Amino acid sequence: MQQRVEILKTLYRGADILILDEPTAVLTPQEIEDLIKIIRNLTAEGKTVIIITHKLKEIKAAADYCTIIRRGKRIDTVRVDGVSEHELAAMMVGREVNFSVNKEKQACGDCVLQIENLVVRDNRGLPAVKGLSLNVNRGEILGLAGVDGNGQRELVEAITGLRRAESGSVSVNGADVTNDTPREVLDAGMSCIPEDRQRRGLVLDYSVAENFILETYAEAPYSKRGILDREAIGKHAGELIAKFDVRPPDGKHKAGSLSGGNQQKVIIAREVSNDPDLLIASQPTRGLDVGAIEFVHQSLVEQRNRDKAVLLVSLELDEIMDLSDRIAIIYEGKIVGIVDAKDADEKAIGLMMAGGTVRHE
Amino acid sequence: MSNGAPATVDLQELGVSRKKVSPLVLTLLSVFFGLVIGGIVLAVAGYDPFKAYWVILVGTFSRPKYIAYTVIYATPLIITGLSFAFANKTGLFNIGAEGQFIIGAIAAAVLGYYLHLPPVLHVLACLLVGMVAAAVWGGLAGYLKARFGVHEVISTIMLNWIALYLNNYVVSVIKTAEHLTNPTTPMIRSSARIELFAVWKDSAAGQAWRGVHPFWDDILRTPFNLGIVFALVFAVVVWFILNRTTLGYELRAVGYNRFAAEYGGINVKRSMFFSMAIGGALAGAAGVCHVLGWTRYIAELAASEGYGFDGLACALIGSSNPFGCILGGLLFGTLKYGGSKIQNELGAPTEIINIVIGMIVFFVAMPKLMSLLINQFRRGENHVR
Repeated sequence: MQQRVEILKTLYRGADILILDEPTAVLTPQEIEDLIKIIRNLTAEGKTVIIITHKLKEIKAAADYCTIIRRGKRIDTVRVDGVSEHELAAMMVGREVNFSVNKEKQACGDCVLQIENLVVRDNRGLPAVKGLSLNVNRGEILGLAGVDGNGQRELVEAITGLRRAESGSVSVNGADVTNDTPREVLDAGMSCIPEDRQRRGLVLDYSVAENFILETYAEAPYSKRGILDREAIGKHAGELIAKFDVRPPDGKHKAGSLSGGNQQKVIIAREVSNDPDLLIASQPTRGLDVGAIEFVHQSLVEQRNRDKAVLLVSLELDEIMDLSDRIAIIYEGKIVGIVDAKDADEKAIGLMMAGGTVRHE
Repeated sequence: MSNGAPATVDLQELGVSRKKVSPLVLTLLSVFFGLVIGGIVLAVAGYDPFKAYWVILVGTFSRPKYIAYTVIYATPLIITGLSFAFANKTGLFNIGAEGQFIIGAIAAAVLGYYLHLPPVLHVLACLLVGMVAAAVWGGLAGYLKARFGVHEVISTIMLNWIALYLNNYVVSVIKTAEHLTNPTTPMIRSSARIELFAVWKDSAAGQAWRGVHPFWDDILRTPFNLGIVFALVFAVVVWFILNRTTLGYELRAVGYNRFAAEYGGINVKRSMFFSMAIGGALAGAAGVCHVLGWTRYIAELAASEGYGFDGLACALIGSSNPFGCILGGLLFGTLKYGGSKIQNELGAPTEIINIVIGMIVFFVAMPKLMSLLINQFRRGENHVR
């Protein structure tokens, strides 16, 4: 909401040059279309608009020229009509990118995560999740689509034990974990890729190796009788770094010195190596470049293919459409619709994200 | 919009890189600046700064006795420094070492006199009880923070005053009970003393031995005691707990990023309590060592003696590193003991010396204190959000 006000404010003030930094994160697809129309009108009036975005679709839709930067360097400036999305992506990453995710059809199994009538308050004490119910099954990725600020954050925090639920219940594999501590939730078989990797996901002043044991430091072989086993910790780090291609490949580096993509790799490596029955991925690709996004997507699908349950919470509708088996739409703290991904319609989902209802004809 | 290529500047090609200054260099530089400014203050006050610093050097290192005294002065500061450093590594600001020190000292003075135990046991009993009592004192602040969100700086400053008046109350009660004239507790029993050869060195045999060993005779003139050994052991223990145990892993994780620690399943509130309790135990141990090794009694206090606050400065000088605390404590011991010599040699009042010490502390502590306070402030903001 705040961002929409910002956009309006800038337009209202009649700026000659308008700079939009990732303007669409909080908008529904329909709103994005409207915004692009407005941008088109502004440029027709002779104003200059600069959009900073990582969404290739928006560049194609809104821009005349496109400058690609990578690691602080300008790579090229091109006419947008002259290039394909694939070419743009290749320039952003520096290599060919494979967009399509390999996903075999498979039957879903038993229910792993069961949420019933969950009510959670936000930091201001107002209800953010208002009687939400949702199931996630084995062998499926359930995508939770919604505009930012509709209770996604509070929902994930309540499930993972970081925020108190007012009422309702959460259970994992049939065992009740409502308002359990994060430790108990972890032990119940739930892992989470947190939304804010620098604030929640990593201790930036700890080395990569130390971050790998953030949830398992008290278990063998990483410690025995309260004494850390540095050899085992280092060996574990070496294995995960090799398997997940973390760069630089040295566990002694501080996590804070890694790039965003590599920080995310550290978190994913840690959470996946817990071998959880349920993996919650909250905005797992936010702020990552196209190459890292590819990696994150593959990791999530791999979890699903190993017959684990995955709950994907994302503001990127494209990401949800690409990865999910089922899509649940959250609006004002409630699930307003669940659709099968194979007959999902972006327009209909966008409408539900904005609080509208779909009329079946 | 022009389509021309913008000028790109590669910072690395220009050789521009952000190099971090090593903390050791930073600290030594700060000490140097402190000495320079302190020297200017001395010069303004009409005393020759070079002569003054020479007096400190000679007064600290020219005789075994002086070195022994420097170590004696440094001992409690090293341990209270460890107390502050431990809590600091875990994200807490233990300004309560002062009060925890007093609690340890009370326990040592009371048990040192009233308990009747064989020598080694007596010392261990005093140390154990003093550390536990001070751990409760420090842990109380940790509990208040974990349970009610009371900032540890506020609660420990208040607990410092409570400890001070508890000290005076205990002293007055014992003074009346034992029919003493001075407002002090009686001297502790010799079984509780940790001064080296405390009894033997004044015996006939001891005097004879000292007569033929002038070096040791000089050291034994001072209340040189085992406190420094305890301090070194504590430094190793603190380092080990922080860096090699799961408890230290938890505490440091909470100190660096409590949100990530919470997410990783670490009990943040329990960690706060443990951190303050262990910090308290250390400061309490400093009080115990001080009484058993040197003063042998406690007296009524008009104001804090400053062992806790000086320890804070020592920890800052040592970058909150356990071994840095030893060096910081020794530097302080040098200034405090050596500085006291300026009064006799130059006729400079003690206040001038304290200004010089203050200057050095100011310069040493300032950059780190600033960053610490900024971090505290940021943490506070995060807490509110």
